[in-house]
Amino acid sequence: MTRNVRFVEDRITLKYGTGGGAMRALIEQVFARGLGEIGRDGIGLSAMDDGAAIWLGDQYLVITTDSHVVQPIVFPGGDIGRLAVCGTVNDLAMMGATEPLALTCAAIIEDGFARDDLKRIWDSIRATCEEAGTTIVTGDTKVMGHGEIDGLVLNTTGVALTKRVVSDAGLRPGDRILVTGTMGDHGLAIMATRNELALETKLESDVAPIHTLVHRALEVGGDAVVALKDPTRGGLSSALHEMAEKSGVGIILDEPAIPLRDEARAVGELLGIDPLVAANEGKAVFGVRPEAAASVLDAIRSHPLGRNAAIVGECVTDRPGFVVLDTGFGSRLLAEAEGELLPRIC
Amino acid sequence: MKAADAFEQLKFRDPERARGLRDALHRLVQRADHAPVSVMHVCGSHEQAIAKFGLRAAFPDELQVIMGPGCPVCVTDVPEVDEAVALAKQGVRIASYGDMLRVPGTSQSLADAKAEGAKVDVVYSVTQAVELARDHDEDIVFFASGFETTAVATAAILVDDPPDNFSVLSAHKYIPPVMEIVAEMPQTKIEGFLAAGHAATITGSAVFEKFVERHEVPVVIAGFEPLDVLAGLVKLLEAINSGVPRVENAFPRCVTRDGNIQAQKLLWRVFRPTGGRWRGIAHVPNGNLRLRDEFARYDTRKRFTIDLSSLWSYAPPKLVQQCQCGDIMAGIASPSECQLFGKECTPDSPVGACMVSAEGTCKIWHQYGGRPDLRSMKRGAA
Repeated sequence: MTRNVRFVEDRITLKYGTGGGAMRALIEQVFARGLGEIGRDGIGLSAMDDGAAIWLGDQYLVITTDSHVVQPIVFPGGDIGRLAVCGTVNDLAMMGATEPLALTCAAIIEDGFARDDLKRIWDSIRATCEEAGTTIVTGDTKVMGHGEIDGLVLNTTGVALTKRVVSDAGLRPGDRILVTGTMGDHGLAIMATRNELALETKLESDVAPIHTLVHRALEVGGDAVVALKDPTRGGLSSALHEMAEKSGVGIILDEPAIPLRDEARAVGELLGIDPLVAANEGKAVFGVRPEAAASVLDAIRSHPLGRNAAIVGECVTDRPGFVVLDTGFGSRLLAEAEGELLPRIC
Repeated sequence: MKAADAFEQLKFRDPERARGLRDALHRLVQRADHAPVSVMHVCGSHEQAIAKFGLRAAFPDELQVIMGPGCPVCVTDVPEVDEAVALAKQGVRIASYGDMLRVPGTSQSLADAKAEGAKVDVVYSVTQAVELARDHDEDIVFFASGFETTAVATAAILVDDPPDNFSVLSAHKYIPPVMEIVAEMPQTKIEGFLAAGHAATITGSAVFEKFVERHEVPVVIAGFEPLDVLAGLVKLLEAINSGVPRVENAFPRCVTRDGNIQAQKLLWRVFRPTGGRWRGIAHVPNGNLRLRDEFARYDTRKRFTIDLSSLWSYAPPKLVQQCQCGDIMAGIASPSECQLFGKECTPDSPVGACMVSAEGTCKIWHQYGGRPDLRSMKRGAA
């Protein structure tokens, strides 16, 4: 069985923004054509990684950018400002660049947006920058007509330097898959706020900068850390599919080992959404050589944001590009999120 | 709604107990005096559970669990869809469940009619359709699908004086008669049935007793968590091995022998069973639920003249002729044997009804990656 070759249709619909196979097809077939080659030693657009890396002769300049369109703008556990800072700091870290030099921030604001709300969001941006040890050094402001944009869109770009770049394509059979904590909290917390559902839940977004956690893991694991990815849109499922596809391995995921909050499990059950396709904004997926897996796990667990980390899977030769979910008593292929099922979450 | 309530259900997924039941299933199949043993479930929710929890990879090789005609949207026949489409094209406002919009008729679906400007609304319940009628001056036709479980909800609305501009185009179906048809199909050789727990909460387990007598095959009523499905199969295998066909209730936390008598009374007060075709399967005597005469003023078929000839000017799409939904619902074929599956026919652009509904076998297989044989997956490097 091979995966279907997918062609981008005449119209770009919401499914192209869900972080799954449709979006990867769009990038490959439209965006990356004739763009983004950065020389033999760099990582450009065609690698479709979390960011780009430009070789400077003695180290890499890592650069990444991200637009944020979450609705609601303030959600349990965070807001669009915190999300914008964390998203970019974390994307840098996913390339192995754990010391962000600086960020930029562009804001597109809808006519009529309340000044106090904007100030509150910038207070959050300031606080998160301080927490992450970085700052915003330049930006851009645009205002669009009422109804031309929904409230506020933020774009952040980040730069950092690193000696070693970790891609998301370095897996080989036998490697272990680690996650740094509970899965699906951000996506499910946001889904649960949808008015029509009136869910009573204490579930909060996990949005947080995790570059110091990644730093600690890389210090201990070194070259044995062979792949890194943040499971944002499309959740753990999309992250693993992408890693499996790029590395040409199969991945067996042990469902009982995957850390899940009881609340996330329950909300997912009620909404019919698998927590494994729900977004995370303060978590990472590590691919680690088997001999280093235990020590990297210990390092991650010693960080306050990594206490629930776990080894959840293993790479295999069978079924390259696929993720098999072992439920503890049966197994099936894990599906990626498709379609416009999810509202805007990040 | 409390999230904690949903969490309560999760204890029926305990891996250790599931492994125990899986092992029991393997032992029972070994003990059978022939192979393979073929059983059928008749509920889309059972296929959902089997796919979602990876149970197919846990079943013994010698056990065939066949999917039966368990999806009400899928078995809605072409002429029934045509009636709704024709009414919509005549300018009548139609309300129906989301899945019903994309079920293909002779030449068009309700979604096609909507794209051409017809008034078609998606509702999540019959109550919502009644609200729609209260908010509008025009006629609202509720295109009603579903088995006895959903039919009771429709019945409850009709005895409660809905507004005069509300009527029901019933495509409701009744499960017990179709089991008779499938049990008699020479191709299937079904040795036991797994019956749907939620339908049995209404009908009670007793409804299957005559069936077991007539066909001499056991019926086990099962719920929809992995432990429910596995326990149901274990009980079914025990009954098959014993050679004494019987009805067993493996979902006692919800189902009783007599069922919900009030709901049954309501169902039969409003509906009468009548024969009709189920898409792709056969003419099913008493398989369709139609409104009784005393509810004629709410019966769309009595209130409107439905002109089907307006649909015949379109040529039928060629792909439909290759669709194997009928064989798949009768348990004779599986989706991977259909040449359209995953190629021309996907949830984005379904050819057959089984790819439309969340309870359709093809849609479920597509969502959970088909049925690749995962029993032989190896761990470790090469």
